[in-house]
Amino acid sequence: MLNFLQMVVNGIAAGSIYALMGLAMVIIYKTSEVPNFAQGEMALVCSYLAYMFLDQYGLPVYAVFPAVLVFAFLLGCLLEFAVLRRAKEPNVLGMIIITIGLEMILMGIVSWKFGAEQKTMPFPVSPYDSLVIGKLYISSLEAMMLCVTLVIMGILFVFLRFSKLGVAMKATQQNATAARLMGIRVRRILMGTWGISSVVGCTAGLLISTTLMQPYMMWDPLLKGFAAAVLGGMTSLPGAVVGAYLLGIIENLFGGYVSIEFKSTVAFAVIVLILCIKPSGLFARHYVKKV
Amino acid sequence: MSPILEINNIETYYDLIYAIRGVSLSVEEGTITTILGTNGSGKSTILKTVMGLIEDQPEKGTILFQGKRIDGKDPEEIVRMGLSYVPEGREIFEELTVYENLAMGAYTRKDRKGIAEDMDRVYGHFPVLKDRKDQWAGTLSGGEQQMLAIGRALMNRPALLFLDEPSLGLSPILVREIFEIIQAIHREKTTILLVEQNARMALSISHFGLILENGRFVMKGDAKSLLMNKDVREFYMGIRSEASVKGYQRWKRKKAWR
Repeated sequence: MLNFLQMVVNGIAAGSIYALMGLAMVIIYKTSEVPNFAQGEMALVCSYLAYMFLDQYGLPVYAVFPAVLVFAFLLGCLLEFAVLRRAKEPNVLGMIIITIGLEMILMGIVSWKFGAEQKTMPFPVSPYDSLVIGKLYISSLEAMMLCVTLVIMGILFVFLRFSKLGVAMKATQQNATAARLMGIRVRRILMGTWGISSVVGCTAGLLISTTLMQPYMMWDPLLKGFAAAVLGGMTSLPGAVVGAYLLGIIENLFGGYVSIEFKSTVAFAVIVLILCIKPSGLFARHYVKKV
Repeated sequence: MSPILEINNIETYYDLIYAIRGVSLSVEEGTITTILGTNGSGKSTILKTVMGLIEDQPEKGTILFQGKRIDGKDPEEIVRMGLSYVPEGREIFEELTVYENLAMGAYTRKDRKGIAEDMDRVYGHFPVLKDRKDQWAGTLSGGEQQMLAIGRALMNRPALLFLDEPSLGLSPILVREIFEIIQAIHREKTTILLVEQNARMALSISHFGLILENGRFVMKGDAKSLLMNKDVREFYMGIRSEASVKGYQRWKRKKAWR
């Protein structure tokens, strides 16, 4: 039983990263209707930038991380403004190809600038310390991941629920034409969603880079995050979070009891299953338009 | 008195379809003006063109709102100038609460006190919205959604309000209720341009009326004279003017403007 609980706790910790990536993808998907495959690499660029300042210039952590988050916001805005907005007569397929192209370019830049070998991010919290809660062990890094994720989800919730800008963002997602008729500048809102999504992804990148830092590090979390988002219905933020934690737990239990080799693939087995049983995802809401 | 909205000879295309073929119209401040027309005659297109919702249109012509050119501007900017549009088919934000929908209507405004006042005013017009203010707008009935759409547009405190078929899909009782509220809104010094299929109802509350066919105005005048016009009565209200002794009309009336 203890073993089981331990695996669940570790699964939740792993799920935090998926939750952040899933949230980032859902935020963009809701406004632009594009699964943004460059999400991981946008975070990758930011993580490497943080690494550069911390390791090579020796700047303090409390200055670098906020600066990198600001950079992440600007990067998201820039990519939307400079690349996606330029797409003539965009359709979903074309937009997906654009994001995949962006992903390759960004990864190429990182590999070229920093090299493909494994690096170590100088990080204040060590993955080797652990906290003991009852009889369960959780590494302090995992505990921090969990806290950071919860804080970000809290901020997002408050922002989207109570701030005027957040509500305007939701309005734009639901009906862009009507939003324009309210005087909402939807192009700026769209740019802002890319920025916010990039920040959320960037925190995931920074957290991952503490244990694994090389140019391919974001692929696995990105796909898992995408899987979690699909599980949650792709348009629901809470859905993506629940999907991510479910995925983390299922994956860990599968790894513990069945087969450690196939641990990563179980996520996709779950997706196939869900898409067969409930194609709209677990949490998708759908309103029939009234005439 | 100068007109609040002046449209001079606009032409609008949807790609290759020539939808608005040179239309001029002026709306006087403090009036209710109605545009009548059958399906596909281009009524909504005129409103959408004025609001800047059709990209790169109008192809030709000018639009002046309060003496300033607005053709070619983005809808965001036009709305900020004090022109609100209630689109056909409501287009409310279904997954926001009623309250949030109304708050979005006042998105461009900063004066909290004025917004609260207008919120009360809207709840005064539509008490049902107050009862449901924490419900998702998508859960409202069709008529309530129409009320919400009108209320949301009023939150912008517009000088001129466009209403695109407010009676669409509503029961006759609700239609009457909506038209009464339109008159109440008009009494609060809002100029209204109405697009309607329900000719009798629309003309009975308007000062001026225009009739649109195939992208051109074929008739304009004050609402009372249009209500009495035989062509209008026959083709837009379905009132047959004369019946033969056998009880039905044996000829087909030709429109005077054809």
